[in-house]
Amino acid sequence: MKPTKAISQILGGNLRQYFMVAVLVGVIVIFQLVTGLKQPHSSLLTALVHGKMISPTNMQNLLNGNSYVLVIAIGMLFVIITGQIDLAPGSVAAVVGIVMAMAITQRNPDGTFATSPWWWIGIIVGVAVALAVAVAVGRTLERHRHMKRAPALVIGLVAGLLVGGAVALGLASAINAFGIPWWGGVLIGLGAGAAIGAWQGAWLAYIGVPGFITTLAGQMLFRGVNQWIGQARSIPVPKPIQYIGGGYLPDWGPHWGPSVDGSGLNNSTVLLGVIAILVIATLEFRQRAKLSRAAMDVPPLWTSVVRLVLLALVMGYLTFLFGSGPKGTSFPITGCILVAIVLTYNFIATRTTLGRGVYAVGGNRIAAGLTGIDTKKIYFLAMANVSFLAGLAAIMFVGRSRSTGPADGTGWELDAIAAVFIGGAAVSGGVGTVFGSIIGGLVMASLNNGLYLMGIGSDKQKMIKGLVLLVAVAIDLYSKSQGRPSIIGTVQRNLQQRRKKPDLGSTTTVATAGTASN
Amino acid sequence: MTALSITTELPADQTTPVILEMAHITKVFPGVVALDDVNLAVRARTIHAICGENGAGKSTLMNILSGVYPTGTYDGQIRFEGQEMAFHSIRASEDAGVAIIHQELALIPELSVTENMFIGNEVATRGVIDWIAARRSALDLLARVGLDVNPDTPIKNLGVGQQQLIEIAKALGKNCRLLILDEPTSALNEDDSANLLDILRGLKAKGLTSIMISHKLNEIAAIADAITVIRDGRVVEHIDVTAGRVDEDRIIRGMVGRDLSSRFPDHTPHIGEVFFEVRDWTVEHPQIPGKLVCNHESFYVRRGEIVGFAGLMGAGRTELARSLFGRSYGTFLGGEILLDGAPIELPTVKAAIDAGLAYCPEDRKIQGLNLLDDVKKTIVSAGIDRICTRSVIDLDEEAVAAEEYRRKMNIKASSVDVVVSTLSGGNQQKVVVAKWMFTEPVLAILDEPTRGIDVGAKYEIYTLINQLAQEGKGVVMISSELPELLGVCDRIYTVFEGRITSVTAAADATQESLMRQMTDTADATARPAPAPNHSQEEPR
Repeated sequence: MKPTKAISQILGGNLRQYFMVAVLVGVIVIFQLVTGLKQPHSSLLTALVHGKMISPTNMQNLLNGNSYVLVIAIGMLFVIITGQIDLAPGSVAAVVGIVMAMAITQRNPDGTFATSPWWWIGIIVGVAVALAVAVAVGRTLERHRHMKRAPALVIGLVAGLLVGGAVALGLASAINAFGIPWWGGVLIGLGAGAAIGAWQGAWLAYIGVPGFITTLAGQMLFRGVNQWIGQARSIPVPKPIQYIGGGYLPDWGPHWGPSVDGSGLNNSTVLLGVIAILVIATLEFRQRAKLSRAAMDVPPLWTSVVRLVLLALVMGYLTFLFGSGPKGTSFPITGCILVAIVLTYNFIATRTTLGRGVYAVGGNRIAAGLTGIDTKKIYFLAMANVSFLAGLAAIMFVGRSRSTGPADGTGWELDAIAAVFIGGAAVSGGVGTVFGSIIGGLVMASLNNGLYLMGIGSDKQKMIKGLVLLVAVAIDLYSKSQGRPSIIGTVQRNLQQRRKKPDLGSTTTVATAGTASN
Repeated sequence: MTALSITTELPADQTTPVILEMAHITKVFPGVVALDDVNLAVRARTIHAICGENGAGKSTLMNILSGVYPTGTYDGQIRFEGQEMAFHSIRASEDAGVAIIHQELALIPELSVTENMFIGNEVATRGVIDWIAARRSALDLLARVGLDVNPDTPIKNLGVGQQQLIEIAKALGKNCRLLILDEPTSALNEDDSANLLDILRGLKAKGLTSIMISHKLNEIAAIADAITVIRDGRVVEHIDVTAGRVDEDRIIRGMVGRDLSSRFPDHTPHIGEVFFEVRDWTVEHPQIPGKLVCNHESFYVRRGEIVGFAGLMGAGRTELARSLFGRSYGTFLGGEILLDGAPIELPTVKAAIDAGLAYCPEDRKIQGLNLLDDVKKTIVSAGIDRICTRSVIDLDEEAVAAEEYRRKMNIKASSVDVVVSTLSGGNQQKVVVAKWMFTEPVLAILDEPTRGIDVGAKYEIYTLINQLAQEGKGVVMISSELPELLGVCDRIYTVFEGRITSVTAAADATQESLMRQMTDTADATARPAPAPNHSQEEPR
């Protein structure tokens, strides 16, 4: 067996993603070496050990300091796949941050909650619930009980009014009496993000204002809203939110294993690592079982074993890296949120009709419409989703910096856009992956972090980042213009050609070449 | 054969010197030989046709000749007007007098005729354009292609036929002596095509040599002086038309390498009762208020029946199909759809698909395919709910289903994981058809299902249509090619200016009778009869 084929079988064929990972690892190792060599009496080998880049604390900081941008990048990815762009998430995040901070009622000195002037939130929630119940009840009656539209609507409205009214009354008086707790603030913040998203999505999808314009307007509008609501104040947020943005998993159980300060490995991190490895192994073997049940080609067992061993080694190392930090640190909470979001959205992108719809709309909007996809709904959801995730990002960021301020979120959208494009998305839409965007974002984050560790000023950092974005996309475009799917696609194509089945006559091969040349 | 003006200039044996000689051309793409030792000789002042199936290597050969593939990327020699040529770019070939007009026109819609004609070739002194001189030469060139339009008209206001002529005028403006046309009539209606061919004949008489790639064999037989047939990257036949007329069958035989005993597969109709009926369907143009693209149209389809819709482009065939298919075109004003006798509402494409309709659009690249997707995702895209549980796609079922339809449709692709844009036109079309077959429709509407695909692929599409009818489904086939409608359909409606002007059993129809109904409503007093099951209905 040829070595390239063996590698491709172990990695599962998708070499491009691994190329991006290789770039990321390369960036990290180079900075590790460079920062290590700066220390006195260092050789290449000691530099690799003593560099500042790969240390538990630095890696934890890197995640904490960038997770929020990566969360936005995932939302941005979907918008970019549809062929649009969102320039507003930074401003939306600023609004969410200030709304959340102001909604949470500060405790009185005696520990009780003050009454809150935010009782009207209850009314808004009530109206929303009323509408949702009315639509749900009405539709159910019409579809499943085959009722006529008018009576179904009336019954729905009545039900909605009753339920919504009760919710509004209860919630408003509860807020008035007990104030809003931290989690209430988080919900209000996420709700505000989603509502702003719906606003942006509606302008794009149903009125037809291009996303660039809608969100450029949104960027100005919501920055203004932030300053108007917050009056340029900086408002602190309570402890639980600070935990979301900068906290670590608890430690428990026996002290064992190495760490930087002798406190042992963080057992929560170890547990996470073990679970991850088990889940990956289970999925791998379930896939094999499914393939053999469907009587399809099952790759040889050794490829699965080698792949799993490699993955386990990587996961094990990461577990060690994040778990061996100083006492009280672990794999960060923001990292956990990021992982959850990545898995969820990757599932949506690859396994659901919604995800397929997003790619279809971006690839060819007209064809998507004639295939039965509600293109307006796709635009709406993609756009609304970015603002929702911007709200989540705001909560993570505000938690880490412990208070909100008027400059929150400035420039986040650009970092997110850069991450998505470095991750291989196309400006014209239809192309891009969640993992690619995350790797793209991590490449930018590592560059930032490494340059900072080297003591390079933010002026030069910006110059280098700009050039990296330009060169990364240029290389990708160049390799695409050469008729190859991507840089690594060249290798991939050769592999595919070798795999080509013998039953295809010369007609097909000539045919493919002829079309490619047209 | 030759025009009068030429016979006076020509020697008695009517042969002219060879203007272009391409010798031993071999072009290799990574892993494939696209052209294998191709020789081509074109005589001056002739129209030389090049035929071949999609992917045979015609376009590759022309791209080499016009410098799209620069010298050095292929083996072989090009000799033009007696001189060895080595074109490094399109510009170099244009300077030498060779111009190519691609299938997709390269005109800029917002710019005027004059601006388009001289783009990249401006009449200028030191970078300043002399618009008066440009306009004068534009008028001159327009006259040479017999086009009477104001040179200040924006291109977007012209029809495709006129645009094609502007492309030719543009090439003439570059003093081209050899004009290459890649499928010049594929987007034109019959009148425009005939006009274009006349212009080419006229230009030939004035000394222009043309090479024409075309799938329309009747045109080739009508206009070409010489025909070169390419198959699998090799020249398989060279036919000198002056030696005697050739029939289309001979060209087809050369193209596919075997005898096609018939261009249409045998089909024994088993026609059942009416199951799909449209009454009084009225739709307004999306942009032009008051213009009815469907004007009280009524028709019906019976089980197992293949119904043809004949009409010129813009007559309202596609508009009718798309407005039925989930109101995806125009503004719906009125009308009724009956499925199995019961009225149904199809307000969205999704509703239409769920009701069992399928619409295979006329332009596969613009309306039918996401060219970034692989074959697998494309095939399941319209019927995705069939492999889903609560919106989550079962990827294994997807692969199995796609593979099944790839086999069924005989799609030539190394696997269902390849990207559709890498397939040849005919195979792309089969993918689009497969996508709609996967929804298992009761009524399949196929809009120009064989446009721009080669003879072999056409035959396969016809076979599929027959299969559908055999399974008791209804098929509506829209086509601009009358022989195809006559060969495939059981019953044919003609459409003119948004009205159904006639309906005839295919056995009773001729190209001439259909063409009359497609172009003239004057004698269309006999409106089509309503469906037999509902004959008690009042005539409108």
